[in-house]
Amino acid sequence: MKIGAPKETYTGENRVAMTPDSAQQIQKLGHDCLIETGAGLNAGFTDDAYKEAGVEVVKTAAALWKAADVVVKVRQPDASESKRLREGQTLISFFNPAANEKAMADAAKKGANVIAMEMVPRISRAQKMDALSSMANIAGYRAVIEAGNNFGRFFTGQVTAAGKVPPAKVLVIGAGVAGLAAIGTATSLGAITYAFDVRPEVSEQIESMGAEFVFLDFEDTQDSSASGGYAAPSSPEFREKQLEKFREMAPEIDIVICTALIPNREAPELWTEDMVKAMKPGSVIVDLAAEKGGNCKLTVMDEKIVTDNDVTIIGYTDFPSRMAAQASTLYGNNIRHMLTDLTPEKDGQIVHNMEDDVIRGATVTYDKEVTYPPPPPKVSAIAAAPKKEPAKELTPEEKKAQEVAAFAKETRLQVTLITVGAVLLLSVGLVAPASFMQHFIVFVLSVFVGFQVIWNVSHALHTPLMAVTNAISSIIILGALLQMGSGSILVILLAGISVFMTGINIFGGFLVTRRMLAMFQKS
Amino acid sequence: MDFGFTTAAYVVAAVLFILSLGGLSGQESAKRAVWYGIAGMALAVFATLIGPGSGLWLASLVLLGGGGIIGYQLASKVEMTQMPELVAGMHAMVGLAAVFVGFNADWTIGLVDAAQTSGEPVVGYFAELVAKKTQVEINILRVELFLGIFIGAITFTGSVVAYGKLSGRLTSAAEKLPGGHMLNAAAAGLSLLCLIWYFNTGGFFPLFLMTLAALFIGYHLIMGIGGADMPVVVSMLNSYSGWAAAAIGFSLGNDLLIVVGALVGSSGAILSYIMCKAMNRSFVSVILGGFGGTSGPAMEVEGEQVSIDADGVATALNEADSVIIVPGYGMAVAQAQNAVSELVKKLRAQGKEVRFAIHPVAGRLPGHMNVLLAEAKVPYDIVLEMDEINEDFPSTDVAIVIGSNDIVNPAAQDDPNSPIAGMPVLEVWKAKQVFVSKRGQGTGYSGIENPLFFKDNTRMFYGDAKASLDTLLPKID
Repeated sequence: MKIGAPKETYTGENRVAMTPDSAQQIQKLGHDCLIETGAGLNAGFTDDAYKEAGVEVVKTAAALWKAADVVVKVRQPDASESKRLREGQTLISFFNPAANEKAMADAAKKGANVIAMEMVPRISRAQKMDALSSMANIAGYRAVIEAGNNFGRFFTGQVTAAGKVPPAKVLVIGAGVAGLAAIGTATSLGAITYAFDVRPEVSEQIESMGAEFVFLDFEDTQDSSASGGYAAPSSPEFREKQLEKFREMAPEIDIVICTALIPNREAPELWTEDMVKAMKPGSVIVDLAAEKGGNCKLTVMDEKIVTDNDVTIIGYTDFPSRMAAQASTLYGNNIRHMLTDLTPEKDGQIVHNMEDDVIRGATVTYDKEVTYPPPPPKVSAIAAAPKKEPAKELTPEEKKAQEVAAFAKETRLQVTLITVGAVLLLSVGLVAPASFMQHFIVFVLSVFVGFQVIWNVSHALHTPLMAVTNAISSIIILGALLQMGSGSILVILLAGISVFMTGINIFGGFLVTRRMLAMFQKS
Repeated sequence: MDFGFTTAAYVVAAVLFILSLGGLSGQESAKRAVWYGIAGMALAVFATLIGPGSGLWLASLVLLGGGGIIGYQLASKVEMTQMPELVAGMHAMVGLAAVFVGFNADWTIGLVDAAQTSGEPVVGYFAELVAKKTQVEINILRVELFLGIFIGAITFTGSVVAYGKLSGRLTSAAEKLPGGHMLNAAAAGLSLLCLIWYFNTGGFFPLFLMTLAALFIGYHLIMGIGGADMPVVVSMLNSYSGWAAAAIGFSLGNDLLIVVGALVGSSGAILSYIMCKAMNRSFVSVILGGFGGTSGPAMEVEGEQVSIDADGVATALNEADSVIIVPGYGMAVAQAQNAVSELVKKLRAQGKEVRFAIHPVAGRLPGHMNVLLAEAKVPYDIVLEMDEINEDFPSTDVAIVIGSNDIVNPAAQDDPNSPIAGMPVLEVWKAKQVFVSKRGQGTGYSGIENPLFFKDNTRMFYGDAKASLDTLLPKID
């Protein structure tokens, strides 16, 4: 099959869906690769580099669309590109199916199969083709860099001969992939980083990246496993609490990175106008949610504005494109992995398997039908968080009462055991002759001593303990020795064998223990 | 005949044995404790030889010496990785000795009976002792030696099977004859019938029949227990050998035998209990073999195992500040403990924090991993128990799992239907990165899939543990 990547037509889009590297990998699957001339130029890949990788360079977009069986793209196709789709052709691209119904219907009518990269289900197996994550990662990184570019101070605190510089304080709202990438970048630049998310289970991830989780004291927090790992809209009370916290923090914060998005909804307003007013002059807000209206309502999409109190608000939506080389490499790999799944036999034949969870989920038109939205995947992306019973804080009185109860219980148990033991002993004593009782007392006491002694043996020494007890259990040799003096040959024979065997055991057991213990040493 | 000196010596020996076991509470005092044990044993044997056991003392000494030479040879040649089977094998000796001594006691009763009716004098210390006994005491004696033989026989075949499983000569999977525990119950019932029969007639045949039944129970019981439960089995057999000695001690009227048998018996029992608790399983379910039935289908494992090469592991290790190593049976099999030790030395030389996390049932013997690491000269103060280190995983950069599987299986916590649900496990997946050194994609002893291998922060470092580490070592700098 021929896989072709046209030049992106969207203004300012620098990415390309195929790199020389990914093309080589795709060729290993048995496919041929085509590229429109100049497609990779803005991302730093020349036509010559593609040629060297065995890619055929095609002069015009029209020729490429005609020749390719599978077209791979970054941005959703524009009107003229949609027209070029033909029956049996496969298009792999971002498609924005939720808001692109007409193009989807057209593609279906023409009989083209469209795989929308943003529809790849979020399950572990599909992570390698999760283009949303790989792009979000870049956006998060770039957002911090962009903020730094517009921020007049260092990120890291410094004490220099020329004076002291306080560290920048960064607040990241929303700890998805972009948020976590932003946290990582900001902390590694030396800023004090705070992060907030409505999903309490991500606090661990936030802390693992080195930021401090902004903790809200609120009962009814979300379990995101029900919504496939994405955030869901929160209740008004929760929102109030959240805004209150942000308002409190606003004067302190130098840089805000907003990444809070809820799937298929307008972005929630989390950084209000009065918070912007409360910020220090020179502060920077980078709103990654600008495309969906912004977490800050002052944000202007695709523009950088400066407010009256000198706060810069950046609303760019093309962060990945601003790092076209990196973004193209990652996106190219995502596409390549998708093609790998579509080419199970590695023989250059595309098999569009609609039974496969990942392929089914991402396909929006197939066989002249619109197949969006997909049915829910068979496996849930994330295991449901176990419902935790919050541990109750005990008052000192309750604690004391518990201790008393535990002590009483222990006492009762011991007294019961002793009573039962004593009764048993007595009843044995009533029946058995005195000579037996003498030995029996010794036996019971020894068992007791054994129990007391062994509890203290440390775990690391359990093997030596077994070796020692094994050696010691050869004490049965005494029995054999006692019988050696018997008059019967048979008895002497068996006793002799026993002495011999226990001899092996005594020497072997003790020696092995010695060897083991000699090895333990302190550092 | 009075042996005042012997009794005194026995008291001293008993104290020495108690000190010996108690001394094992710490690594340093343990080194002294072994000498207490040796001294106690020497004293006990010596006092018996010059006292009540003086008959044919030369033969006794020669046999003891001969056995000693063999034991010495065995113990000095054995590899530390073969320790479990050696210990199991030696239990068999004690079990068999208990059976023989029990038989002897029975015959002596017969001989004494015959001698008394014909009016001849009886020969030997034990025979004289028996001659003085009343009929009630003789009956008690019979019950005691019957018990001694019963437990001894179970210990014998059980230990032989355990030896076979641990040394790989027998399949380590749980196997049962058709009929399962009904066969064991039938054999136990038969033994009980034999006891009544023997009690009434005093004949040798019921004793012999019971021995066969007990031998079968020992064989079948241990065959039905899977390899992963071997630590419990070995310590349980250890306990049995002690009880057998105690029972024989009763029948011979020897207090030292009773004391030491009871000590060994109770220590083994506690050890088994501690280990069962570590696996969150009841003692009965371990003994009855196999893992308990599941209550529903296990959770689907989603994702794929991502492999990594030595370069990747080396890079991660060079960058890490804190490393926790989780060794398992696989490390013992591959004899990789020295390579692990070398790795630890290199990492520590760079100022990294390196520690070991030991699960209570890692390996095939309680404390197995500790012994192997000690052999490889890993200092014991960086070898920590599960409870001490489990909370540190989230703040750890790299966790390396070497040849362990079930003890790091997150299904034990996440999946209520998993056969190992509820078993405490080492939470390695909480570390920032996890490397699993493993031979292939197989499952652990419990035969269940391990979701750890499919986690995003897990990378599989396939290959024989020792070979893998040897390729890794030169890349650490």
